[in-house]
Amino acid sequence: MTETQLLRWIVLLPLLAAVYHGVAIGVARRASDRRLVVAISCGAVIGTFVLACVALGKLVQIPRGPTRVLVDDVYTWIGAGVSSTRFSAELGFQVDPLSMTMLLIVSFVGSLIHVYSVGYMDDDHREDKGFQRFFCYMNLFMFSMLVLILADNVVLMFLGWEGVGLCSYLLIGFWYADRHNAYCGAKAFIVNRVGDFAFLIGIFLLFATLARAGTPVTAFRDIQAAFEGIRAATVAVPAWLPWGPAWPVVEVVALCFFIGACGKSAQLPLYVWLPDAMAGPTPVSALIHAATMVTAGVYMVCRLSFLFAAAPAASAVVAWTGGLTAVFAATIAIAQTDIKKVLAYSTVSQLGLMFLAAGCGGYGAAIFHLGTHAFFKALLFLAAGAVILAMHHEQDVRRMGGLRRRIKSTHLVFLIGVLAIIGAPGLSGFFSKDEILVWATRAPGGPWLYWIAVGTAGLTAFYMVRLYCLTFLGECRAPASVKEQIHEVGPWMLVPLFALAFFAVFSGYAGLPAVWGEELFGMDDSDSLGRFLAPVLAKVQGPQLEHSDEMRMAGTAVLVAGAGTLLAWLCYVRRPELPGRIAAAFAGAHRALLNKYWIDELYDALLVRPLVAFSDRVLFRLVDAGLVDGVLVNGTARSVRALASHGLKYAQSGLAQSYVFFMIAGAAALVGWLLR
Amino acid sequence: MVPISHVIGLSALLFMIGVAGVATRRNLIVVLMSIELMLNAVNLAFLGFNRMWADVDAVHRYDGQVFVLMVITVAAAEVAVGLGIVISMFRNRDSVNLEDVSLLKW
Amino acid sequence: MTALQVLFYAFAALALVSALGMLFNVRNAVAAAMSLVVTMVSLAGIYVLLEAHLVAAIQIIVYAGAIVVLFLFVVMLLNLRADEFAPGRQWPTKTAALLLVVAAGAHLVRIVSAELPEPAVPPAGFGGYALLGIALYTDYVLLVEMASLLLLAAIVGAVILAKRKLD
Repeated sequence: MTETQLLRWIVLLPLLAAVYHGVAIGVARRASDRRLVVAISCGAVIGTFVLACVALGKLVQIPRGPTRVLVDDVYTWIGAGVSSTRFSAELGFQVDPLSMTMLLIVSFVGSLIHVYSVGYMDDDHREDKGFQRFFCYMNLFMFSMLVLILADNVVLMFLGWEGVGLCSYLLIGFWYADRHNAYCGAKAFIVNRVGDFAFLIGIFLLFATLARAGTPVTAFRDIQAAFEGIRAATVAVPAWLPWGPAWPVVEVVALCFFIGACGKSAQLPLYVWLPDAMAGPTPVSALIHAATMVTAGVYMVCRLSFLFAAAPAASAVVAWTGGLTAVFAATIAIAQTDIKKVLAYSTVSQLGLMFLAAGCGGYGAAIFHLGTHAFFKALLFLAAGAVILAMHHEQDVRRMGGLRRRIKSTHLVFLIGVLAIIGAPGLSGFFSKDEILVWATRAPGGPWLYWIAVGTAGLTAFYMVRLYCLTFLGECRAPASVKEQIHEVGPWMLVPLFALAFFAVFSGYAGLPAVWGEELFGMDDSDSLGRFLAPVLAKVQGPQLEHSDEMRMAGTAVLVAGAGTLLAWLCYVRRPELPGRIAAAFAGAHRALLNKYWIDELYDALLVRPLVAFSDRVLFRLVDAGLVDGVLVNGTARSVRALASHGLKYAQSGLAQSYVFFMIAGAAALVGWLLR
Repeated sequence: MVPISHVIGLSALLFMIGVAGVATRRNLIVVLMSIELMLNAVNLAFLGFNRMWADVDAVHRYDGQVFVLMVITVAAAEVAVGLGIVISMFRNRDSVNLEDVSLLKW
Repeated sequence: MTALQVLFYAFAALALVSALGMLFNVRNAVAAAMSLVVTMVSLAGIYVLLEAHLVAAIQIIVYAGAIVVLFLFVVMLLNLRADEFAPGRQWPTKTAALLLVVAAGAHLVRIVSAELPEPAVPPAGFGGYALLGIALYTDYVLLVEMASLLLLAAIVGAVILAKRKLD
């Protein structure tokens, strides 16, 4: 364990940039020079990445093991109570291999996306201060995300958790003049909140249990050290609930945390906000809703892997929710026509796969896929942004097509991203997805989850290739006015795209699974990432598969992906009339997919409308306007007025003698009392 | 000499008669006269107690009588000003009836 | 009963009767003022019995001789008609007044039957002008000055109040 003040600067740089922008906009009331804004924002985030690399250098100097941690205790943020009931949340940061990995991914991808945003948002002259406001929010987001990752206790992590939710709201509704965007931002925040509520319950229950066992701690290290003491603790529940009158605390806490992760990482049933979050600018979708914020849930589960490893029921819930979400979202994606919506559902689906792996015990595999997914999904989103700009803000793929020759660089990087996500052999997605499939064989409840994962891989290949074909191949279906103006995007956007493409191809070799390392390259310990993370994550008995079995599984996955690709190519290149005929043949199913299974409408009818009606008719009209305003406030005033004007005023008769009479009566009473 | 409590009782009785006059009569001058009666009753009480404590030390021996002199002075001043008011009132309203000057009402 | 006691009760009765006369005399304001004079003179007699000789003299000179005369001046100047009692506001006022009278009567009985210390033997010259004068102008000189100021204010006030408007 090494103390270092480096960590606080990693977190502070984006915050300072955000504060500068905020003050400039709020106080100066005039947008700063664009170059200054770019220098400050991108400089802050790139500086964070540089500092992260320095921290990496420091970290690897510590020998492998549980002491491989950099810590930075700034001060005690909240301290209450004394001795055995003391609650203290420190403002402290820690970097162990897990948070180091996340830190590098977040800061690197964040830097690239910040650079990309300079090119993307420069196109937008709708609002003079918009450019600076955007970077203010982006920097604030980076700060919150870094706090989340580097926090050394649950309370500070929750602070970052809430912060990213807030910034997500601010950024989704960035073009707030359009009411729909504001609605989407609010929806994201509110659905997140539902998850956060469960997260808080989990934190409270965990702390209460720890305190009852005599160790009231909030820091992750300390919780892990004190974990044995609460492993067998139970919490009392009403007897009519299943599984008896007492539930294991570990299970309940893990479940609560996972529900929080569902909200943040868009799993069933709290995924509804992510497709609507596409209303925000594309760099936002890339950064927040592909690479960083939505992965916070996965990170949290892996951070608390010791908890989930001791909670088999909760882990089963995690795995099955992840798997079902993966296939559910993939089915919706095959019918969507907005380029960003397809990518959004794809994100939901891939996150499901990560949770599937984590639920089965493959925490390292989940982080591996998190990393590779960050690269190729960010790449896909940014390339989609380039396409959208090229098509003059057109997002409907039915009006695209034939862009392969017109925007060559964008086409190239998009193709690389598609190949990565479908698991083309040799690219990063292939290795990470394989790891997930290996762990899926250990899934609770039999081989179902394995086949669900394989099916998801096939669907993924289908809809991604479909997207590629519709966007880049065939005839250009755009109107003539747009067709003439299709142009490649500038260097601010292309350089990050190529950087991400590079990593989308080669990042898989950082965590090369042992089977490939040995068979192909003769390396003994090729899984550097796995070995790097191993001391931090819980040790779960992995599936003991022969190398030949693993390679066979990999081959199956490639075949399924290939089949999906072929089907998509057939439907959208060879015989374009086929999709229409299939859709007509299965009209009901197609309509269900197109309408996202009407889940949004269901939530609206079941939850939103009753709540709004209740708020309006009961809480507003009855309680607020009626009771508080009418009775308590106005009623008091009215009764005082009535008392005075219909009662008290008659005492002012103007007759001196009645006044004298009252004086005498009063004096007589007083004298009588005194002389009693 | 009579017990001093009888003197005080007489004072109280006169005072109450004065109060009754102030409370019931409508003529402002009679009200003022009732006030004078009240002041006289108070003077009587002062002098009664002064007589009772006649052998107290020299500094305070004449407290009661001096105060009575002050009360008489004040009564004189008050009557002068009060009758001035009565005359002004009569000039304005041509009446000294108390019920004719009740403008300060709701 | 000594002569002094008889005298006291006689003066007391006179004072009471004339006070009541002032109270109930509605027809004639002058008659009311006359009753007041009688009250004041009998009170002066009682003051003498209480060994407050100077005060008694001043009572007659100032109170009966100046203040009530002033009242008479004003009454005759204004040439007032007959007065009547204020109309009692029905039973609330009447019951309140009755209660007050009863309570007052009870208190009166208590006062009269109270056990007060015996009046001491007064020193020689008690209540005479010499010793009272010395006390006034040595121990109570501030009060005397204040009283003079008050009288000055009263003079000015009375003159201003009773002036006719100059227009």
